[in-house]
This record gives sequence, structure tokens and C-alpha cells, in this order.
Amino acid sequence: MLAERARARGHELDVAAIGMHDAVPAGIDLFYVGGGQDREQELVAHDLVAKGEALHAAVADGAVFLAVCGGYQLLGRSYVDVAGRELPGIGLLPLHTVAGSTRMIGDVLLDCAWADRSLAGFENHAGRTLLDRGAEPLGRVLAGFGNDGSSGFEGCRSGRVFGTYLHGPLLPRNPWLADLLLTEALAHAGLETSLEPLGDELEAQAHAVAAERARARGGRR
Amino acid sequence: MRAPIPPAALRATGALSRLAGRGGGTTLPGKLLWKLDPEGIDRLAGRLPQGSVLVSATNGKTTTTAMAAGLLAPTARLAHNASGANLVSGIASTLLQARDAELGLFEVDEGALPEVARRLRPKALLLANLFRDQLDRYGELELVAARWRETVASLPEAVLVVNGDDPQVGDLGRDRPRTLVFGIDDPAHARPSLQHAADSKYCLRCGTPYEYAAAYVGHLGDYHCPRCGHARPALDVAARSIALHGLDGSAFTLAAPAGEARVELRLPGLYNVYNALAAASLALALGVSPADAAAGLARFSAAFGRFERIGVGDRRLLMLLVKNPAGANEVVRTLVDGGAPRAAVIALNDEIADGRDVSWIWDVDVEPLIPGLERLVATGSRAAELALRFAYGGLDRGRIEVEPSLERALDRGLALTPPGGELTVLPTYTAMLALRRIVAGRGHVANYWEGRS
Repeated sequence: MLAERARARGHELDVAAIGMHDAVPAGIDLFYVGGGQDREQELVAHDLVAKGEALHAAVADGAVFLAVCGGYQLLGRSYVDVAGRELPGIGLLPLHTVAGSTRMIGDVLLDCAWADRSLAGFENHAGRTLLDRGAEPLGRVLAGFGNDGSSGFEGCRSGRVFGTYLHGPLLPRNPWLADLLLTEALAHAGLETSLEPLGDELEAQAHAVAAERARARGGRR
Repeated sequence: MRAPIPPAALRATGALSRLAGRGGGTTLPGKLLWKLDPEGIDRLAGRLPQGSVLVSATNGKTTTTAMAAGLLAPTARLAHNASGANLVSGIASTLLQARDAELGLFEVDEGALPEVARRLRPKALLLANLFRDQLDRYGELELVAARWRETVASLPEAVLVVNGDDPQVGDLGRDRPRTLVFGIDDPAHARPSLQHAADSKYCLRCGTPYEYAAAYVGHLGDYHCPRCGHARPALDVAARSIALHGLDGSAFTLAAPAGEARVELRLPGLYNVYNALAAASLALALGVSPADAAAGLARFSAAFGRFERIGVGDRRLLMLLVKNPAGANEVVRTLVDGGAPRAAVIALNDEIADGRDVSWIWDVDVEPLIPGLERLVATGSRAAELALRFAYGGLDRGRIEVEPSLERALDRGLALTPPGGELTVLPTYTAMLALRRIVAGRGHVANYWEGRS
């Protein structure tokens, strides 16, 4: 999706997968890490920690990071699973997560005052993510559970690092965020920093339906 | 101590429900029974002279069970939830309707299997596959698998029929007597590599990614772990020498301990070969001969709502249900093999039965459909989302129409179809029900509760 939007503005996005045991190449402008099932999360956690130093260096250099669901959890300091075992995170976001006994599932609508926009998505997580004092959330919950079902906030952002439980998918419904990530990534690559707006009628429709769903049936705390 | 509710009273609620226009009334009587007298379900099941048989899977439950019904009907009067109501309440309703049935044959939702098994104490259990399906309902594939494992352990006397090609499901039968393992044995039909929609790719014993000598559908195939050697169990029943005939059907050789038989199926695609193989294996385990199984499968025409051709005036609808990435990928592949459609109506709903989390559509490989598609009518409550999927898949936005109303979308699709032509319709579950109702309301196909039982 990011590649399509980049191409529409005349930029080529070079997409590469960094797998288990792979080294992190230098010069990357935008990182994405998603989620998976619990079993895979454990396998990935240790590998991510091994890559930790390289990822910290990249972020310090100005690279953009989007982490969703399991990836979001692993970007924090630690993740404690239902059995009480602690998995290490890489500490790129000021938070930690503890798995709860129930899952928080449903449509979500967030107010992102810092961007004067809203985010619509879908969450499905047993983890309760607790932000450190002073940490910036991604948005205020208008509908849904959010990070922990009680704080009233969802996600976390720190500089160019963004983490969230929202999928659904996240970017097609919220093209402003996709464009924001692209803009920052282009800036890191030393290229133009303002993107021509695209029509996005379908995206706006999808967002509207998702937002309405969240208001009607998003998780209740 | 509650007094038992007379079955006749509950059956009457089904008829009333239909008259009141609230759908097929196929689960209301059962819901009442379950609420007012839960043990009533156990008692009703206990009255079946030949006991019960349960079928569960993520994909193919309804088709497989319908096929099995065709194979077992000559041997016993069946109580069978043919309409697909596969939770406890739906099965309870079927038991209520089945006054003189001898054998219960029920498709069961993967999450409901533990409770249904506990109440019905089946004499046989067919487990066909576990795919990532409505994530918002179950959350974790492994949780479902763990509960299935407990269910199997609780029924040591039952005959277990499992799909060996599915790592998690095949493992349920390991080192267990009274178990029959089936799978496909035809590397000529293997895919070049695993699809990305696959789950269960990591060795159950040591976490290393499986390698496949042959991957057939999703993560189903001939797998082995390169590190610890955990591999597909030996097959008791296999499908060999498969022939796929586009949208017209398929054929395979059923190879079993009792003998071999050639099966000609009127349903297309490898996924239906799996369904037929599963149904045949269950029938074989219950004493049906390979020759009779093959004959029964040849007579089978599609189960309600899964793969249907419906005449609408001088045009035809080809309706194929889509529910999750693995199933949808197979539908796409089969359509492309049969000649990719130039126009399609695709309906994405997000009710509970469809799955409220529609992100699964982004794991479907829709790209093979796109080059041949001149027009896509995206409909259902999440029409715009579906349109986006195709737009980002490469379909020119000028070729996409968003029409949330199913009825208007259907008419638009028919208008795009030349006389004598066939319109491809791909709905999710509740959209399929609604479209069938619309079409039946115009007099074109029997309502599902009137169908053969």
C-alpha cells in the first residue's frame, strides 16, 4: 500500500524483508513489523533483541518505524505472557505489556489531536500495554478498548516510531497516516517532504464505515 | 429440577418463527431447548439407535457433511443439520425435528465442538482442517487445536478420521487406535511453494519451519521438519491421480485398505477433492465400500450456498462462498482455471457470522483475477474496503463500482452480463443468505429450508 502511494507521487519504494537471523542493512528509511500468534511471537522476540542495537542506531539516525500488534508489544521494554514468563522487547517505545486473561476485540476509533485526524481500525489483543509516565499515545479512544481497556488511550509514538494495536488494515483506512510515514521516510532519504494529495474517495468511504462501526459496536471498557 | 419440555412444543416454535418471517426458524427451537432444558439435548442424542457422528473443520464443513450424508443415507435414516446451523442450538433443533432418525450426522463449528461432543458422545469424529478463520471469534488457532485435542482425548472409544495433510489435525490421531488418516498423494498437483496465508508452518515439536515435498492447499500437504523429523503420518486413505476440469468438476482415485475406486465429482478444485476425500474416509470408517462411496460422490451436487449455479431469467448466477483467506484463495484459483470472469459481484459483510474483522481480505491473493476483470461491483456493508483491496491489488479504480445495497449490486451485475451469460458472485456468509433470499423472492431457487434433507 505504501509502495502504491509512493509510486503515485513518482517515488519508488524498495521493499525488502528482514527475516530471522538476517542482519539489518544500513540506510533503511522505513521499518514495519506486524504481529502474529503467541507461539511465533516468542520466536521473533529473541531474534528482534539480537537486532536491537542496529535498530536503535537506525532510529537514532532518523528512520521511521511502524509497529502493529505483536510488533508494537515487542518494541516496548518487555512482554509478560499469560504464564507469567517475561519476553524481552527492544525498548524503542516507553512501555511494557502484560497479557491478560481476556481478549480485547472490536472496532476502534481514535482522536489524534496531534495530527488533527482520526484513526479507525480493529483491535484483537490479550496484552495490556502500559505507557510510561510522559509517554505519548497515538490517540485518545473515542470507541474501543485501547492499550489496556482503562487508560482511555491507544498506541504510542516517540519521534518517528509509531506503535499500535490497530489493524483492519490500518493504512488503507487511514491514508493520512500512510502519507505521514512516507513523508518522514522521504525526509530521512533526503527527498521532498510534501506529498501531493491523492483522491482517496474509496479510502474516505472505508474510513467512514469503520468509524461508524466503532461508534456502534466498539469494545466497551 | 426442571421438567423436560415436550419436543412437540419446541418444534412448533420453529414453524411459528418461519411464519413470522424471521428466517428459516432452524435454530430457534434448539435455542429454547438449550436454555430451558440443556440436558434435553443429551437425552435426544442418546435416543438415536445408531448414535452420532460429528464433522468439524474451518473450511468445507457443510460440503463435506452433505457429501457424507449422501454416502450414509442408504445405510440409516439420518438426522443431519443440512442448512449449516452448526452451533449447539442448531444441532439441538435438528435433533428436535428428527423424530424417527437412526443416526445423527452433524457438522459442528470448530469452537462448539468440545461442548457438542460432550453432550452427544459421538461414535465417530471427522476432523478435516484448521485454518485461520474469523480471528475476532477465536483469537488463536492453537487454542482451538488444544481444545480439539482435549475433545479427542475424552472420546477414546470413538473412531477418529483425520486429515493427515494438516500438521495440527493429523497429530491428533498419532499413536491412537481406531484412527483413520487421509490425505492427498499426487505431487503433480502440488503448488510450487507455500501460500503466505498458511498457518501452522512451524514444527509442532521444535519450532523449525516445515518443508513440503508437496503443498496442495494452504498449509495442507506432505510436510516434514528438516530438524527433528516430525512429518506427515502415513496415509490410510489417499486421493491419487487427480484430474481438475476447470469449473466443471474433478476426479480422483480413492485408494483405501478395502480397495480402490475412481471418483468423478461435479464440484471443482482441489479443495473439493479434500472435501470428497474426507467424506469418503468417514464413510469407509463406518463400513461403506469404496465402490459405493465413489458412486455416492458422483451423484453429489453442491451443498447449500457453497457452489451454486442459479438460473435468473436468461442469465445464470455462479455463486461461490468465501469465508477466509485459504478458502478464498482456492475459489480464486478455481475461477481463473475455469476462465477468469470479466465481471464479478463481490459482497463483503461483517456480521458475526462473516467475521467482524475484515482484515482477512488483505491476505487473499486476488491478483490473478485482476488482469481479466473489466468490472468489479463491490457490495455488502464493507463494500468500500473490498474496493480498496482490489484497487491496491492493481485494478484500475475506474473499473470498480461501490454499491453497498446487495439487491442493486446484483441487478447491476446482471445488467453487465450478456444474455445467456453467467455472472460470478462471491459473497461472504450473511451476504450469501441475503442474496439467496433476494433471488428466491423472485422465484428462482428454493428457499434453503425447503431443500432436500
